[in-house]
Amino acid sequence: MSGAAPGAPKPLPSSGPKSLREMPHPLATSSSEEMGPALSPSPDLLLPRGIADKDLSLPNGTPVDTSSPASSSSLLNRLQLDDDLDGETRDLFVTVDDPKKHVCTMETYITYRVTTKTTRAEFDLPEYSVRRRYQDFDWLRNKLEESQPTHLIPDLNAYKKQGMALLSKMGESVKYVTGGYKLRSRPLEFAAIGEYLDTFSLKLGTIDRIAQRIIKEQLEYLVELREYGPVYSTWGGLEVELSEPLEGVSACIGNCCTALEELSEDMTEDFLPVLREYILYSESMKNVLKRRDQVQAEYEAKLEAVALKKEDRPKVPTDVEKCQDRVECFNADLKADMERWQNNKRQDFRQLLMGMADKNIQYYEKCLTAWESIIPLLQDKPETK
Amino acid sequence: MESSEAEPSESRPEEDGAAPGSEPQPPDTMEDCLAKKMEITVSEAEKRTGRNAMNMQETYTAYLIETRAVESQNEGQCSPVDSLWRRYSEFELLRNYLLVTYPHIVVPPLPEKRADFVWHKLSADNMDPDFVERRRIGLENFLLRVASHPVLCQDKIFYSFLTQEGGWKEMVNETGFQLKADSRLKALNATFRVKNPDKRFTELKHYSDELQSVISHLLRVRARVADRLYGVYKVHGNYGRVFSEWSAIEKEMGDGLQSAGHHMDVYAASIDDILEEEEHYADQLKEYLFYAEALRAVCRKHELMQYDLEMAAQDLTSKKQQCEELATGTMRTFSLKGMTSKLFGQETPEQREAKIKILEEQIQEGEEQLKSKNLEGRDFVKSAWADIERFKEQKNRDLKEALISYAVMQISMCKKGIQVWTNAKECFSKM
Repeated sequence: MSGAAPGAPKPLPSSGPKSLREMPHPLATSSSEEMGPALSPSPDLLLPRGIADKDLSLPNGTPVDTSSPASSSSLLNRLQLDDDLDGETRDLFVTVDDPKKHVCTMETYITYRVTTKTTRAEFDLPEYSVRRRYQDFDWLRNKLEESQPTHLIPDLNAYKKQGMALLSKMGESVKYVTGGYKLRSRPLEFAAIGEYLDTFSLKLGTIDRIAQRIIKEQLEYLVELREYGPVYSTWGGLEVELSEPLEGVSACIGNCCTALEELSEDMTEDFLPVLREYILYSESMKNVLKRRDQVQAEYEAKLEAVALKKEDRPKVPTDVEKCQDRVECFNADLKADMERWQNNKRQDFRQLLMGMADKNIQYYEKCLTAWESIIPLLQDKPETK
Repeated sequence: MESSEAEPSESRPEEDGAAPGSEPQPPDTMEDCLAKKMEITVSEAEKRTGRNAMNMQETYTAYLIETRAVESQNEGQCSPVDSLWRRYSEFELLRNYLLVTYPHIVVPPLPEKRADFVWHKLSADNMDPDFVERRRIGLENFLLRVASHPVLCQDKIFYSFLTQEGGWKEMVNETGFQLKADSRLKALNATFRVKNPDKRFTELKHYSDELQSVISHLLRVRARVADRLYGVYKVHGNYGRVFSEWSAIEKEMGDGLQSAGHHMDVYAASIDDILEEEEHYADQLKEYLFYAEALRAVCRKHELMQYDLEMAAQDLTSKKQQCEELATGTMRTFSLKGMTSKLFGQETPEQREAKIKILEEQIQEGEEQLKSKNLEGRDFVKSAWADIERFKEQKNRDLKEALISYAVMQISMCKKGIQVWTNAKECFSKM
């Protein structure tokens, strides 16, 4: 065992083909190791007592109280995937979440927070929080199988067969641990992102079409305006007193034409391209999601392959764990990326749409100036005829 | 073609009738103007069914004309309102009567009989309520124009039109004005053949042709412009819907998008009122489009009178020549009579004497006629030109007003646009 300082995560001994009595508890190292009733064996399997009184803390330094071991039968009940589990009143709740990456000199792995809430008398405290890695879960399963051969220990793959109901009760991240589910049941979180991106790019596509249509209508309006303005000028040529006012109106309409041209140009050159960029951006994010699904599928395939080879148990294949870690890293990165993407998107669209509003305001201001400037011209009384 | 208002060399300072001189003077300051003494409105329009001349059922619109004598402000009492209903065809009858009876006057036009120059959203249906409403306003305008005209407002038939419901049609027909009307063919013939019309009228005719052409063009293009502008505004309404849908999947951006979408809806809806107001401007232009026709009618009358004069003078000249030939026995110009007499024998001196006598009588008559025609022609030119000057002043004033109100409409539209987009921008800033 290592003599690492308190607070640092320790390399754990791998559980091997020893009898449970001989095997020390995976966490039975120094005083700074966490310990929890969740992993305590059944009453006839005793933990080294010494542990119970030691100072324990989470990797991040939070102290955790120890307690007497919980009955594994109750834990088993909890893990058993009976259909009528739904109807029972439960007195023990376990959640697994918050995967965290740990980087050490020898290896990189991920731990999960296991939170237990209970009202049972066997537990000293109503709430416990410990950190466990994949290996530990595997160890637990092996232990349970060995000690309770008549009970049905859920296969880590079993959740697939039982559907989503229990998984959702166990919390999101359990799915990462248990694996073995087809990608039709990808994590809700990523499914939600996928759906969001789908709808988002759909809406952007609609906005693109609307903007194009507006530009088209504006250009057709422009064509008519270009014919309209000069007619006033022609009329002005027929008149004497009205000549200047009519010329003024003609010139004014000409100015509005120029302003409109500028607006349409701006929309075409500044607005549409950014919009289209974001549509492509969404597509690329969706591809990342697909890649994530792939990575997860690879991991699950490996896991299944391992599960079938009974002789490899209870040894935890390291490449499976590595694969699982890869999934975790990918997911963590993806979530971080997504958050960044959302922030950028928000800022970019705020800017883009404010810009669009600005351009329209400028167009109307130019037209306003033009029309206001000819009012005095129109109101002018002729000096002499 | 420039209008010749700069050189009214033929008009004199003192005028016949009540027509104003060449100084600008709004007709409704004239003391004897009916418009001063009487309030006239066309206040309502009603759909009616009845039987026409061929006893077939027809639907038409009747308009309520209300009149009230204007009391002086000090008295403070309101005189009772008289009212009667008239349909469009009666207005037409009135106008035709005025055209024939006052050919030297530029008679105010009626609003269009059928909806013309419509952009797609406007109905071309005569029964359409918007069309009927605009026609109601146009008819009121017509009556006010006539009532403000120094000459026309004094007409008895016009007065009865406003005040006497029953028997008015018969009264008009009894004037026999239809008989006095010049045939179109005669007028056309005169236009082609007249040799020396007053140059000012020729120029005025060209001006009115071109005015008609340019205003028609303007109205046509304006209708297309309105159509396109409508399209631009309405498409923006789609932003409202898509922003709303988009906001549903957003957290922080949702509210800003949603409220911006609302402003886009407001923007799209605003075009309806804008274009409805613009129709009023189009109606003002249309009035002058139709006025151009009235101008041309006066020019045509002059050409007809001038042609008539020229024909009478020509006839007189040839009669004088004939007389001379008979008297002297020489034949200066070829005449069939002369030839036949040469071929078939000379007349007796008694016969010749008789002919000369007749011709001399005719010449006498002709000279008197020519003199009166000349006078008529000069009078016509004088009074017509006076009214034309009055009309030019009115036209310049009215069209300036129309252009100013058009500019004001555009300014209002721009300000609304700025407002909406500023609101939308604020919503976007809160995204």
